[in-house]
Amino acid sequence: MSALAAAVADERANECSVPNTPGWRPGARWARGCADAVEAEIARLPAHQRPPMRELGRRSEAADHPFRALRPDEARGHVPFSLKDQPPAPPRRETMRAANPAPANPPVVTSLREGAKVVVHAACPAARALGLKRGLALTAARAMVPGLIVHPADPAADAAGLRRLAVALARKWSPAVAVGGEDLIFLDLTGVSHLFGGEAAMAARIVAVLGRAGHGARIAVAGTPGAAAALVRHGAPPGEPSFAAPRPRHAGMRQARQSNLADAPDFRIRHPRDDGNPYAPRRARQQEAAAATPDRVLLCPPGEDADWLAPLPAAALRLDSADVEMLRRFGIERIGQLAELPRGPLARRFARALERLDQALGRVAEPLDPVIPRTAIACRQGFLEPIATAEGIAHWLGELVPRLTAELAAAGLGARAIELVAERVDHVPQRLRIGLARASRDPAHILRLIARRIEEVEPGYGIDAMTLHVRRAEPLGPMPFDERLDAEAAPDLAPLIDAIANRIGMARLWRVRAVESDVPERSAAPAPPLAPDAAPPSRLAADDVRRLGDADHIPAWHPEWPRPARLLKRPERLDHVVAELPDRPPARFTWRGVSHRVVRADGPERIHGEWWRRLGEAHAVRDYFRVEDEDGRRYWLYRRGDGMRSVSGDLSWWLHGLFG
Amino acid sequence: MSATLAELRQALNAIEGTGFRRRPALPFGIGAIDDRLAGGGLRLNALHEVVGATPDLADDAAATLFLTGIAARAWGTVLWIVRRRDLFAPGLAQAGLATERVLYAEAADDAEVLALMEEGLRHRGLGAVIGEVKRVGLPATRRLQLAAEGGRTIALMLKRHGRSGVDPLGVPSAAVTRWRIGCAPSAPLAVAGVGRARWHAALVRQRGGESGEWLLEACDATGRCALPARLVDRPAAADGRDSRAAA
Repeated sequence: MSALAAAVADERANECSVPNTPGWRPGARWARGCADAVEAEIARLPAHQRPPMRELGRRSEAADHPFRALRPDEARGHVPFSLKDQPPAPPRRETMRAANPAPANPPVVTSLREGAKVVVHAACPAARALGLKRGLALTAARAMVPGLIVHPADPAADAAGLRRLAVALARKWSPAVAVGGEDLIFLDLTGVSHLFGGEAAMAARIVAVLGRAGHGARIAVAGTPGAAAALVRHGAPPGEPSFAAPRPRHAGMRQARQSNLADAPDFRIRHPRDDGNPYAPRRARQQEAAAATPDRVLLCPPGEDADWLAPLPAAALRLDSADVEMLRRFGIERIGQLAELPRGPLARRFARALERLDQALGRVAEPLDPVIPRTAIACRQGFLEPIATAEGIAHWLGELVPRLTAELAAAGLGARAIELVAERVDHVPQRLRIGLARASRDPAHILRLIARRIEEVEPGYGIDAMTLHVRRAEPLGPMPFDERLDAEAAPDLAPLIDAIANRIGMARLWRVRAVESDVPERSAAPAPPLAPDAAPPSRLAADDVRRLGDADHIPAWHPEWPRPARLLKRPERLDHVVAELPDRPPARFTWRGVSHRVVRADGPERIHGEWWRRLGEAHAVRDYFRVEDEDGRRYWLYRRGDGMRSVSGDLSWWLHGLFG
Repeated sequence: MSATLAELRQALNAIEGTGFRRRPALPFGIGAIDDRLAGGGLRLNALHEVVGATPDLADDAAATLFLTGIAARAWGTVLWIVRRRDLFAPGLAQAGLATERVLYAEAADDAEVLALMEEGLRHRGLGAVIGEVKRVGLPATRRLQLAAEGGRTIALMLKRHGRSGVDPLGVPSAAVTRWRIGCAPSAPLAVAGVGRARWHAALVRQRGGESGEWLLEACDATGRCALPARLVDRPAAADGRDSRAAA
């Protein structure tokens, strides 16, 4: 018996996909679980490795109609039949963070319009693994990879992000950092790398730091910017077998650089002349880190630039495509071939290529245009003897403010916020902050604003030093002045607004702008006090049909409908109202305990709720009346509801405003 | 420098005799009132006070509109210093004060209102400064009057009634004119409805002039008041507009 059970267990262990029972037929119920497993296995494959439909054979269920589920504008996000069981897309940030994303990550690309067609601008690693690359038509990419996630590319934001990164690098790693292209940053390592434990350790640390910040990066260190730029794109150390074509791993990395979804730059680093290293133990540790990211860092030993560059393709010299094509026609594909040719005949036709070659080999200088991190502007004045009087503070403010404005003028900036920090003997800093409505560097104006509030400074036992910090600044070029002496210039309100705002605060100073709304509370909204008076001119053509929608000649407030001079902050309930339904004004009402008899009235003016703002107002109605009592006092009342439908309001009466 | 230029310009105008001269006063355009006022109108470089006839909010609104009309007929930007945010800009715009011309500031107390008014008056680039105060003494008004002198910014003060029931115009003040505005029954119409608003306007006190009392028709869309038709010394039918009122 046990032998029989063992045989059964044995049979079950290596169960065949087709059971050895009679009556086998395709699609039978017992075969479905097996089919599910096969489908799951297929779904696990990348899209381009899946067997085509004809190999799968007939399926038991009907496929979706390929167009039924598409959204009217585009097919993003939905896949007709095959990828339904993919996990939902993780947040974009996560996608970018993943250095080697799991195959479960859905492919993401960004798209850019080039002329008449939309092409892939950048692709994430998952998308590159599926064969998507830069320059591919987006329609082709969508056909290749169903369920492709497409975001619009923003090259300007990418450039700005790269520049921010360069500034951050310049603050931390090297004083000379230059942006070299849309995905390229140069760092001058001269005299710097020993501070970080040598070139290899420094490069590894930069890669690691950028990796934590969500950027993938490659680094090549060479003697010149040109050589570093060539190596970081196409480079591999000599002696590798496959120079003819970049190795696949480098090809992938190159695409990783080109694909910078947000900003995944590469760094070319000029070779330092100084290789002294006082941090030997740290270096060992950091070389381990470098070993952890071997294919992201490429170190070209000094003096071997030419050897390393020789096998690289000519495009590595940062030539444009026309030059590369021309070189290719002459049979020059590698940098080494170009370098071996006699220069005389080449110079006329390939001046640019030779210049790049000379730059890469160090025969011609290639100056970098470094980014300069902005430094905070501040003026400090220390005192030998502590000062404690308002006159002393005012005197030294008169010295400090012109110095500050001179620095602002040199930087081409105007201050929007300035802080005075007075350092007291007992180390309790006294802070005084002023704001300006418009960027300004007028010393008299700034001095007036600060001097007015000197009494807020508590000198205590005395003030050791005073510092003026520019807390916020805006670019401010030279201002034109009105050259016509006989014309009356419009008065400049900015000094007045500064003076008032520094006394009561910007929040309590406002203008009113008209809002297109019939609901009285919403028809006026506060605006900044120095708001530009005129709307920016429309960029539409004169005969554009959208100009018909321009309502600038129609005022937002109707000039004829009566509006009160003062509007109560919230309407006040009226009592003892005697009014006829549905649309008669009240005959008498009581407000704040005083009874009023209405002599004359106008109305109703019906104002409907704005359902597009709040769903609760969908049916709300207010009937406004202007009424005058027997003493001639004129009020603005309204009744909730139209008197016909109870859903429009509860027929209560409210007082909302007062006419004079 | 601009003040010097303006003076030179005025001197040139006087020599050339172009006839244009910037008036130092803001007339109402109503003969009866302008004749009574010392300068032929409200002096531009001076402080003027306006009070509602009763503490009632409707009279307060009438005084507000009276000030609005004056500010609308002045030039340039208007700084309006409020104590609470209940001014309704569409209503002011209907009295002639376009909303782009007004700069609002909210003050926490009377002292702050006075300080901000002085700030605005000394700036010289504003057409009018309006402040809403409850209690203000003689020195403060004298200070404002001094700040206003020499400029072209008309200083207007809306005085509110206090809880104590003291007449705000009873306390001494350095204001040049002091007005009391109250609601009056509107102009009668031949049909049901509210006609043009009317005010009891009283010039209670005036430096260098006599007081007076009028029934005024409220500001129109350009900020101008008017006398009711039957008070004008010409046949009402000739005007045509107010024939019903005269009937």
